[in-house]
Amino acid sequence: MQEFKGTENYIATEELQIAVNAAIALEKPLLIKGEPGTGKTLLAFEIAKALGKDIHTWHVKSTTTAQQGLYEYDAVARLRDSQFGDDKTKDISHYIIKGKMWQAFESEEKSVLLIDEIDKADIEFPNDLLLELDKMEFYCYELQKTIKAKNRPIVIITSNNEKELPDAFLRRCFFHFIRFPERQTMIDIVKVHFPTIEDDLMEEAMKVFYGIREIHGIKKKPSTSELIDWIRLLKLGKNTKEDLEKIDFVAAQPPYYGSLLKNEQDFEHILKAKRAGQNTFRRF
Amino acid sequence: MFLDFFLLLKEEGLPVTIGEYLNLLEALNKRVAAFNVEDFYFLSKTILIKHEQFLDRYDLLFGNYFHGIELSDIEKKEIPEDWLKKEIDRLFSEEEKALIEKLGGLEKVMERLKQLLEEQKEKHQGGNKWIGTGGTSPFGHGGYNPEGVRIGGSGGQKSAIKVWEKREYQNYASDVELNTRNIKLALKRLRILTREGIEDELDLHTTIEKTCKNAGYLDIEMQAPKKNRVKVLLFFDVGGSMDPHVEICEQIFSAAKSELKHLEFFYFHNCVYESIWKDNNMRHNDRIPTFEILHKFNQDYRIIFVGDATMSPYEITALGGSVEHYNDESGAAWLQRFVDKFPNIVWLNPSNEYYWDGVPSTKIIKHIFKDRMFPMTLDGLANAMKTLKGKKVVH
Repeated sequence: MQEFKGTENYIATEELQIAVNAAIALEKPLLIKGEPGTGKTLLAFEIAKALGKDIHTWHVKSTTTAQQGLYEYDAVARLRDSQFGDDKTKDISHYIIKGKMWQAFESEEKSVLLIDEIDKADIEFPNDLLLELDKMEFYCYELQKTIKAKNRPIVIITSNNEKELPDAFLRRCFFHFIRFPERQTMIDIVKVHFPTIEDDLMEEAMKVFYGIREIHGIKKKPSTSELIDWIRLLKLGKNTKEDLEKIDFVAAQPPYYGSLLKNEQDFEHILKAKRAGQNTFRRF
Repeated sequence: MFLDFFLLLKEEGLPVTIGEYLNLLEALNKRVAAFNVEDFYFLSKTILIKHEQFLDRYDLLFGNYFHGIELSDIEKKEIPEDWLKKEIDRLFSEEEKALIEKLGGLEKVMERLKQLLEEQKEKHQGGNKWIGTGGTSPFGHGGYNPEGVRIGGSGGQKSAIKVWEKREYQNYASDVELNTRNIKLALKRLRILTREGIEDELDLHTTIEKTCKNAGYLDIEMQAPKKNRVKVLLFFDVGGSMDPHVEICEQIFSAAKSELKHLEFFYFHNCVYESIWKDNNMRHNDRIPTFEILHKFNQDYRIIFVGDATMSPYEITALGGSVEHYNDESGAAWLQRFVDKFPNIVWLNPSNEYYWDGVPSTKIIKHIFKDRMFPMTLDGLANAMKTLKGKKVVH
């Protein structure tokens, strides 16, 4: 059995490795939750890369239905074609459009199937996929046949917790909650992206970053991906430790703060909190 | 194998099933994890626990089972030092403070008080053992001093100023299947249907019309389906005087959960202050700053407060009036913030409308809510929903 150990671009904690390997060994879907920007979606791509598998990605939106992941029957196109006496119309299979799950089921080799942001869809969406994920098969009414997975794909499901998922669905999955990285893990992650970064610059950047995260009431807390973008800009702008040391959010703002804070109200909120001397806010 | 552990989890109310237990055994059989406690912990967690809200309890149970850690040690709570300090500052006169010095200083007295409080916590039933130091201390209850600090015991009067004992609160279970059909129908009024999103519904009427105009050739017209886009925040008062109304609150809660897709709910006690909470079991550890709520949700949200609005008026108007902690801003200020921010806001009151005018706190809240307080009858509910839709209802 192939084991997932993380890749050179992706630091996976031991906890996460075990969760992934358990899901692969027992052929169960793995549900990943965690704060935005902690690498939930990336995980599926990294698993595919590490194990050398194809990946099928199904990005769920608010209007996505479970059926779309299986297949869609384009009755309108068939109706229109029939007006012109097209011979194609006699065979219904021409109008069946395969969805991502079907594609993953059909794949000759074991593949990775990512169902991204499952919580975005309608509340009934996960319930509609119970049998499909459990047995890895479904029935196509139009063709009157059962589509069964040749190789059970490695299914990774991500959720941002916008909606609660039904119990019946949860029971069929394994679950892992990616915690926001601790300081040391975060330093490791940054080093993966910037192997040559100076230690003191990193130290100061981390202080600013974790300082912002500690303030209550921020709409969008900066996360790993924001930190990495920000450090990239700091490096490009040749900022030094001294530049970061004088940041206090009242007189001196962090350079390129737009990449850390994605919401102008958050920025005002920090100013206010800082002026009011909110005690959870550390002096940088 | 690990059956006892599994049964312990089950007993402690974690939603684990036999299927998951078998999965765990299978994973062990397949040597997914190495044979050490840490790996087993990771593995069992990923297989057995499906929601982050249970992770904490799982950690406790795991530790308890595999290391014999006493649960009670972890759950034991200290009485916050600043409560004691604040109370003493507020309640002692200058002479009394001098007396305290004579008795060996504040520290000593506080130590004694703390000790007594802990004893009190252990034997709180009946509420007959009150803290006192021979009649000279303002701590204790016996008398009718309305500003006195009542420590422990169940509140007979509805307007005790401070209660230190931590009460038992229950979460309003959302899975109660009571007869909620009427309530659901009332909630249905709170519908704001809009056509939004992708056009994937056949617009039959327009299609026929256009096909006719097109001399019989199909001309298909699509439209987006109608969906209910209403978003609601529910705030529940729990504990204390709300206990008699638990059943009706459960019904409202259960109906709202099934009827409203975009629904968030929070709990508070008596009045809203600087923080509220989402999970009653975690209410002392996991609180959400109220500013975060005001900041996070925009004005599209409809706000429903559910509470009997029965408390001591100080709890609304005074600084430090809360029964549970010292609040820097009055409850009224917090309620006003909600009323100012959200144009569509109502207060549902389960107590009998007939008595509202006789309860000062109810009158104050009704005034803050600009009369948008409704009884929890079907009529009241229907009117509340109409108000939430932005219609003026004379009540």
